Amino acid sequence: MNRTSLVERLEGILGPGGVFHRPSDLLVYEYDGSVDGAVDTALPAAVTLPTTTEQVAAIVRLAHEAGLPVTARGAGTGLSGGAVAQQGGIIVSLTRMDRIVEIDRADRTALVEPGVINLELSETTLPQGYFFAPDPSSQRACTIGGNVAENSGGPHCLKYGVTTNHVLGLEVVLPDGRIVWTGGHADGGPGYDLTAAMVGSEGMLGIVTKALVRLTPAPEATLVLLAAFGDVDAASHATSRVIGAGIVPAALELMDALTIQAVEPAYHAGYPLDAGAVLLIEIDGVVEDVRALGEEIAAICREAGATEVRSATAQAERDLLWKGRKMALAAMGRLAPNYYLHDTVVPRSKLPATLHRVDEISRHFDLPIANVFHAGDGNLHPLMLFDRRRAGDVERVLEASKEILHYCVEVGGALSGEHGIGTEKRDYVTLVYSADDLAAMAGIKNSFDPAGCFNPEKLFPKGYMCGEVRALRAQAMAQKLGIYAF
Amino acid sequence: MAVAVEAQGNLLRLAGYSGHDVPEDDLLRACVHCGMCLPSCPTYRLTGQEMSSPRGRLWLMKSVADGRLDLLDPIFDEQMYQCLNCRACEAVCPSGVHYGPLVEAARSQLEQHRPRPFWQRAVRGLAMGWLFGETKRLRALVGGLRFYQRTRLDRAVRRTGVLRLLRMEELEAMLPPVARRALVPGRERWTADDGGRSVRLFNGCVMGTVFADTNRAAARVVARNGAAVDLPVGQQCCGALHVHAGMMDEARTLARRNIDAFEASGDDPVVVTAAGCGAALKEYGYLLKDDPDYADRGARFSARVRDVTEYLAEGDLVPPPRAVRRTVTYQEPCHLVHAQRISTQPRKLLRAVRGLTLIEMKESSLCCGSAGVYNLIRKEMADDLGDRKARHAIETTATEVITANPGCAMQLRASLGRNGSTAHVRHVVELLDEAYGGPRTKPAVGGESRR
Repeated sequence: MNRTSLVERLEGILGPGGVFHRPSDLLVYEYDGSVDGAVDTALPAAVTLPTTTEQVAAIVRLAHEAGLPVTARGAGTGLSGGAVAQQGGIIVSLTRMDRIVEIDRADRTALVEPGVINLELSETTLPQGYFFAPDPSSQRACTIGGNVAENSGGPHCLKYGVTTNHVLGLEVVLPDGRIVWTGGHADGGPGYDLTAAMVGSEGMLGIVTKALVRLTPAPEATLVLLAAFGDVDAASHATSRVIGAGIVPAALELMDALTIQAVEPAYHAGYPLDAGAVLLIEIDGVVEDVRALGEEIAAICREAGATEVRSATAQAERDLLWKGRKMALAAMGRLAPNYYLHDTVVPRSKLPATLHRVDEISRHFDLPIANVFHAGDGNLHPLMLFDRRRAGDVERVLEASKEILHYCVEVGGALSGEHGIGTEKRDYVTLVYSADDLAAMAGIKNSFDPAGCFNPEKLFPKGYMCGEVRALRAQAMAQKLGIYAF
Repeated sequence: MAVAVEAQGNLLRLAGYSGHDVPEDDLLRACVHCGMCLPSCPTYRLTGQEMSSPRGRLWLMKSVADGRLDLLDPIFDEQMYQCLNCRACEAVCPSGVHYGPLVEAARSQLEQHRPRPFWQRAVRGLAMGWLFGETKRLRALVGGLRFYQRTRLDRAVRRTGVLRLLRMEELEAMLPPVARRALVPGRERWTADDGGRSVRLFNGCVMGTVFADTNRAAARVVARNGAAVDLPVGQQCCGALHVHAGMMDEARTLARRNIDAFEASGDDPVVVTAAGCGAALKEYGYLLKDDPDYADRGARFSARVRDVTEYLAEGDLVPPPRAVRRTVTYQEPCHLVHAQRISTQPRKLLRAVRGLTLIEMKESSLCCGSAGVYNLIRKEMADDLGDRKARHAIETTATEVITANPGCAMQLRASLGRNGSTAHVRHVVELLDEAYGGPRTKPAVGGESRR
């Protein structure tokens, strides 16, 4: 199939307004939120904007027939390159499938299309007393479909769990164009748990076209504590003590001095500028519990050396404290032109040692690293600040992140807490998975997508998948036929 | 690879930025492409496409700078002008990207390098350059419109169907009843009960003519709150329309004339009733930053500028004596809430009016589609936004939609009408003025009379 007939057939499915194919129109689909980090850009051959499941299926069937790669895309806020079409092909942008189909109060579920924005689902259901618990920091922009693909987390996952704990069923377009339903209203159906297989599959097994998600009752009371410490060490020890006391806060976040200096001037959230680190601790539940727990946590923090402990109960005050945290990442633009955000997990007990190591690495590479992360579950987010235009900066960033990853894995951690592997970390997966581990995953991939056309070059190390080899061959063929002719 | 590039060398020679008002590299590189701006952007919300988002547009600007996209590629023109320049993205940007100046510079680049058809140049020159370049001319034109409305000629013309033929029906539906008398600087002034403080009112072009009574209401309210008000002679249109259309030279000429006109009044606050003008006036310092004679003066002038709601909310408002028993909703002008970050102040003023019920509408800070002259040029997108805004306003059951910008007022008027609503559209200060008793109870000494 040459380029012209591909475009013609896509327009036959979607109409002319649903397809982009001119090179200059494709430029803005060569990146996602990871572009300032370590992920390369790549131009697709065409971008499609379907509005129905049937259209998605028709696009996928066409791609299947033509042997073209398919990459699904939500808001493009991902940080591991998941929405970048590494081998070109067709991008399926799901932003126009943004309807909340049904909210079932009795069953506490919502049936949504993949393009629904995470925060807007919660805003729609909150008046009825429910919210969608996974709350990635990009929640005001990111979509439910993307959350499912990356198994997104967020500050409140400490208590409520990550996306996979909140997805009951999915409507999926498989790589051959068939439409299937996994799971459903009833928990724990018999057979293979395909819903669980789909969540976190990074768009490599299918395209989610509807998601049945769990809604969580909004807590009666919420309290946010801000505890300031002299240094990161004291703050991470306090974290261990809180969790060690058997308390499960809704969220427990740590921000270091560098982060505070970026955020405070931008948002005036009220973080003390002279603190070496602050903890943001949220507790929720019934009024009495929250009050008692708040006092207990405050006492623990003071014992652990907190120089100041403040609490906020009013919505506006809480929002302000949280705003600083949620916007911290992007506020880094104020300190340096580029940042590279890492996402690793270590056992909580190893937090102080890991932070020491990160500090050493920062000094060794002469690279400022800010720390802002989900301390409660040991999910680290070292943020490296650099300037892409300065010679050698990118190389130093990559070297430093490798060192950090190695250390985290050494102490028994994981490669990614919530951002996915994508292309960003694909060459590191062998650090944690054995050849047999990978083969087991590849078996699942191959049974869903034997041609290897769905989101190629993600998750598995370079050249690992036989499908990838095939895809490279197909790519060479396509180029010869002029499908990638620009 | 190098060979391929060489071979295609002729094809790859793309037009980049040159001349004056180049999108500043440092401002461009501040964007980290996180995508947080996407849901705040009206055109992205309507289309769901990346090129219609702030992040996408910044990527296009960067692509031109990097020599990857031709300045004259149709997508660049389309996207730079599809943008409403509502600056909602700026208000939510965690990295503090100054999007407004960037898109304005990109438009200026287009105007400098892209040939426009003769008729477009003629219309732009006539309307923007000639008509808005000198307020006297605009006053004369609005005088004609007033005649058209007051002689009931409008009804007769509407019956003929000629408006539909000329595609001017929408334009006419936006036009409110024109004020009986234009407000002319130097001819009217208002004194305060307890003298001492004084402010200078920025008249504006549309505000000083079509909406002259709104400006008078603002002056009365400010005077009731203890400051004498007058309008320096020689002031002109603020130039916002020109900046938004990439006509930087014309904008700078107007800016210099305004700075000259207001400099005699020392450091007195310059109070503005139009959000769009206020945002532009507050950016004179930036607009003239490369002008050795006016850079500092521009910055000093900008520092004096206050939106009237901002000015009134700064102090304690004299309690308005009259109750206004009505249900209203507030539509936030983009250039007030996003460009000037003024959002709580108008609401504070409305809450000071006894008997008034303020019901918030959904998406009160999403652009209504007015965006200067956008609703005249890109009717479809503007109508979609206008309808969306009207639906949200109608849902509140309010009988009045309160706003603080003439463009919004006209767009709301047309959108509400089209959606079958009879709700009135008014400025915050008009409602306050009513609560203070309006013009009749408080004839200020020498005020509102021709000298």
